[in-house]
Amino acid sequence: MISQIFSLAFLAQTIRITVPYSLASLGGVYSERGGVVNIALEGIILNGAFCATVGTYYTGSPWFGLLCGIAGGLLVAAIHAVISIHVKADQIISGIALNLFAVGITKFVLQILFQSSSNSPRIAGLPYIKLAFLKDQPDVEHLLGNPLVLLTVLIVIASHFIIFKTRFGLRLRSVGENPEAADTVGISVTLYRYYGVLISGVLAGLAGAWLAFDQHSFTDGMSAGRGYIALAAMIVGKWNPLGAAAACLLFGFAESLQIQLQGGSLPTQFIQMIPYLATIIVLAGFIGKSAAPGADGIPYEKEK
Amino acid sequence: MADQTKRRHWLEHPATQNFLIPIFAVVLSFAVGAIFILIVGQNPFQVYSVLFSQTLGTSYGIGQLLFKTTPLIFAGLSVAICFKAGLFNIGAEGQLQIGAFMTALVGMYTVGVPAFLEIPLLILAGMIGGGIWGFIPGYLKAKTGAHEVINTIMLNFIAAALVSFFVTNLFNVPATVHTPEIAPTGKIPRFDTIFSSFSGSPVNFSILIAILAAVAVWYYVDKTRYGYELRVVGLNSKAAEYGGISVAKNIILSMTIGGAIAGLVGTNYVMGYKYYFEEGFSTGTGFMGIAVALLGNNNPFGVILAALLFGMLEYGGLVINTMVPKELVSILQAIVIIFVISSNKIFRKILVNFIKKRTLRVND
Amino acid sequence: MPYAVELLNITKRFARTVANDEVTLKVQSGTIHALVGENGAGKTTLMETLYGLYQPDAGIIRIHEKEVSIKSPHDSIRNGIGMVHQHFMLVGPMTVLENIVLGAETTRYSLLDLKKTTAEISELGGRFSLTVPLNEKVENVGVGIQQRVEILKAIYRKADILVLDEPTAVLTPQESTQLFRILSELKDEGKTIVLITHKLSEVMAISDHVSVMRRGKIVGEVETASTSPEELAEMMVGRRILLRVEKNDRKAGDPVLSINNLSYIDKRGVNILNNVSLEVASGEILGIAGVEGNGQSQLVECITGLLKPTTGSMSVDGIQIAGLTPKEVFARGLAHVPEDRIKRGLVVEMDVAENLILGLHMQKEFGTGLAMNLKAIEENARFLITKYDIRPMNPDALARGLSGGNQQKVIIARELSRNAQVIVASQPTRGVDIGGIEFIHRTLVEARDAGKAILMISADLNEILSLSDRIAIMYGGQIVKIFPNNKVKESELGLYMTGSKRGSSQKASDG
Repeated sequence: MISQIFSLAFLAQTIRITVPYSLASLGGVYSERGGVVNIALEGIILNGAFCATVGTYYTGSPWFGLLCGIAGGLLVAAIHAVISIHVKADQIISGIALNLFAVGITKFVLQILFQSSSNSPRIAGLPYIKLAFLKDQPDVEHLLGNPLVLLTVLIVIASHFIIFKTRFGLRLRSVGENPEAADTVGISVTLYRYYGVLISGVLAGLAGAWLAFDQHSFTDGMSAGRGYIALAAMIVGKWNPLGAAAACLLFGFAESLQIQLQGGSLPTQFIQMIPYLATIIVLAGFIGKSAAPGADGIPYEKEK
Repeated sequence: MADQTKRRHWLEHPATQNFLIPIFAVVLSFAVGAIFILIVGQNPFQVYSVLFSQTLGTSYGIGQLLFKTTPLIFAGLSVAICFKAGLFNIGAEGQLQIGAFMTALVGMYTVGVPAFLEIPLLILAGMIGGGIWGFIPGYLKAKTGAHEVINTIMLNFIAAALVSFFVTNLFNVPATVHTPEIAPTGKIPRFDTIFSSFSGSPVNFSILIAILAAVAVWYYVDKTRYGYELRVVGLNSKAAEYGGISVAKNIILSMTIGGAIAGLVGTNYVMGYKYYFEEGFSTGTGFMGIAVALLGNNNPFGVILAALLFGMLEYGGLVINTMVPKELVSILQAIVIIFVISSNKIFRKILVNFIKKRTLRVND
Repeated sequence: MPYAVELLNITKRFARTVANDEVTLKVQSGTIHALVGENGAGKTTLMETLYGLYQPDAGIIRIHEKEVSIKSPHDSIRNGIGMVHQHFMLVGPMTVLENIVLGAETTRYSLLDLKKTTAEISELGGRFSLTVPLNEKVENVGVGIQQRVEILKAIYRKADILVLDEPTAVLTPQESTQLFRILSELKDEGKTIVLITHKLSEVMAISDHVSVMRRGKIVGEVETASTSPEELAEMMVGRRILLRVEKNDRKAGDPVLSINNLSYIDKRGVNILNNVSLEVASGEILGIAGVEGNGQSQLVECITGLLKPTTGSMSVDGIQIAGLTPKEVFARGLAHVPEDRIKRGLVVEMDVAENLILGLHMQKEFGTGLAMNLKAIEENARFLITKYDIRPMNPDALARGLSGGNQQKVIIARELSRNAQVIVASQPTRGVDIGGIEFIHRTLVEARDAGKAILMISADLNEILSLSDRIAIMYGGQIVKIFPNNKVKESELGLYMTGSKRGSSQKASDG
């Protein structure tokens, strides 16, 4: 029984769920470490998925599609950045509006391009790296051999170093924690905040592309709340790349367990609640301290 | 001279601006929408005229519009009263799910109770359900400082999972995802049972409850002592502290009231339309409430007007769907929100420059 | 000796005020130059202009005898200027090391080269006795260490001109002594130091030259060796034209407000109030003079319930009030005019009538049950507007639109309408025009004649001298002197306010 559940297929399933969570969640970490709250992750993922689909469909190249997915994510993130950093409007409302916008625009263009209000035609997935030891389990091989899986692992590890060990990370954290202090040592708050939000666009756009390639098509609203789960993981992971990724893995594990146990004794809805309950518990301070960056969500006004 | 309040250009008055900015935002978003319509190869004037005539021009259209408006008023009021206390309630969606479910739940077990008791009972059930769901983030904010924005988002998902569990496992009509019908005495009549011209449209008398709720919110916030405390907390929590007003108490109270108002959405859907609770009955009404409150400038009557506009757009999407994908309206709604939050800064700047130039010219 | 810094005819205007009016300041290389003056004299603005946080409206900046253009802190750092701000510019959750290198990082293979940096900073720290725990988070170290971090930050950037803004304000006497030792060593290494302060004992102890600022202008520059605290104090406060306040002799009654051994230690562990004891009798105005930041704000907040004192007791008419909430303190007969009217005293987005009931809104006359008695609220507003001559005479006008003087009148009107026995008035006329000041002063004297006990805190000596029946002076969180009447010379007050002189910390008793 146990071995049936914790099979290779189960592992593959967990990874399939965890990859987009992790990418988007890391995006959230970059954005919020720089001081910009990014609820628009959901919309960035959706637009990323859509653009990846369209790009792949028209060129036949999933690699080009991947770039389109990144560009699609960047576009939404850029709008959010301008509204948050330049206009200094409410970042939370901007995020919500952009999520709504992404739902509308993707379905709108979907109908113009493909005359369907629900899904796109089938697209090719990314080519996978052949893994000899998984020859007899092609599904698992396709998944574990997916270059995006490897890329995600690399990005998670690299992000830890980027945020905590490099000049860029130090400056990014400083503008998110205390922009005035950063300003007095000559660091451009605006520039680094743009970096943070735009990186979140790239990463969450990649998350969207993953979804599109994984399902071999775009379906309407396919982000399905993943952006919010990514936010939850970011908080549970205390705004740290490794912590966020670990939280995503936990959420992914729970979710694939739920899929395995479908129809079992434990109602699936209760497993669905885990990420959200975990976030509330962590935020309330029941498990250690989880504090957002000091200036998260607050526009920086230079003139005193 | 310092003691003289400056004479202000009429455009500079906050009241004028509060009124002009939403209009400016709506007009601008329709203009941007026109570009999308042109891309599809349609005539914007034609599309917009169909949008208006099919929603406002027929009593069936008006009925549909009002039906869509009712929940938006509740959600908008819920967000608005929390805004007044300086809180951002993104949780109306979860609150209305729990509230509507409670209405249906109590309704299915109270067959035989006379209408004059049953209707208030079901309304109360909805308010209690929503109220509890608003109380939780309020309490967490007051006691632990946990941000209400994150907690209300999380509670939305928890509410959705919770009601989904109930209507797929415990309280459902077998093989469906909805509850059995509520007691017949708990039903709120549709307009078309009295006015035949609304025939076929689902609008019902719960809209009167929505209007009543708006009046109640206005009265509570603007005319009562507790409303006064709530506004002081929202506008300047340090002054509230100084004036002996408990900030924590008012945070909890306003979130609870906001939740209770969102919980009234069930009057429209459960009591006035389907007579049961169904999983997925709300398609983001709670989120749209944020837009409604924003556009209505957190004023209860502004909320009604904004809800009417958004209700018109929601139904309007369907009537223009043959010409333009109906998602045009989602795009319009999103752009309206973005313009409203940006224009508070940008529009005022433009206005100030405009006034300066004008005054300079006059002085020359 | 050559000049390290020359600020020539610097003028900096803000919306309404001129912060620096054609200021010229020359600092010799390798010296410690003190810049002294009262609050609002323009010292900090001048130095922040040098540091590039403000752009002067006119004037020239020369560094090491070369004219430079400083548009941002970036430019000033490049010119070898470092500044330790009064409010530290540190990132709490980052380590000491990270804070020091922020903006001037050394990298190796794109990673921060912490090894090399640690060695460099340790060497610097050893040279100037600036030992700091490099791997500790800044939020976990004390203020004394935080200040060293700020100094190291500047030196690490190769600053040879160091500006310190009120560096000892948050330090214990021991820490201050250590700081001065460090500053001397820096000077010996050839660094130039500008020290903003108002503590004349420090000036005398450490500086080579002193410039005195008053109301945006330099009013004197002397060599420290050839001056005295008395002379400096006189330059700082100047000779004033006393505002005439018609006032009868004091007919003080029994003490109403008593404060005994009140102490307050803040979250950082800094001792803000140190055994403060005071008594205010009915029918008198006790003025507390002092340079801001010596604990006056916290004293007021402790009395009015906004802060919980660490130890000590307080009573109004014999009833204990220590540790009560503001609501409970109000109920025991205290009124409070807060020091910051915009942040605390008013809700500027509300109208005048609504502001006139803040804190009184639950009283029966303004409503019972759920509803507010709007008529009573408006009548109250009309009555107070007329009585206190608040303009515009419109209860519906938003408080935001009122001038500073009228905003202050709204607060005074409201607080006096409480009919409290004790009135705590903090900076009652700050930012108020002359007409308003006279009106408010007259009002306070009338209240005193009606038998109220008034505790007035003001940084404005003029106000202290014209209104007070007795004068207490706060310095370093203590009452350092109480004068039994207001027949005191300003320079005498100045000496106590700047810590150059202190009396026995006796309990206030009737003189």
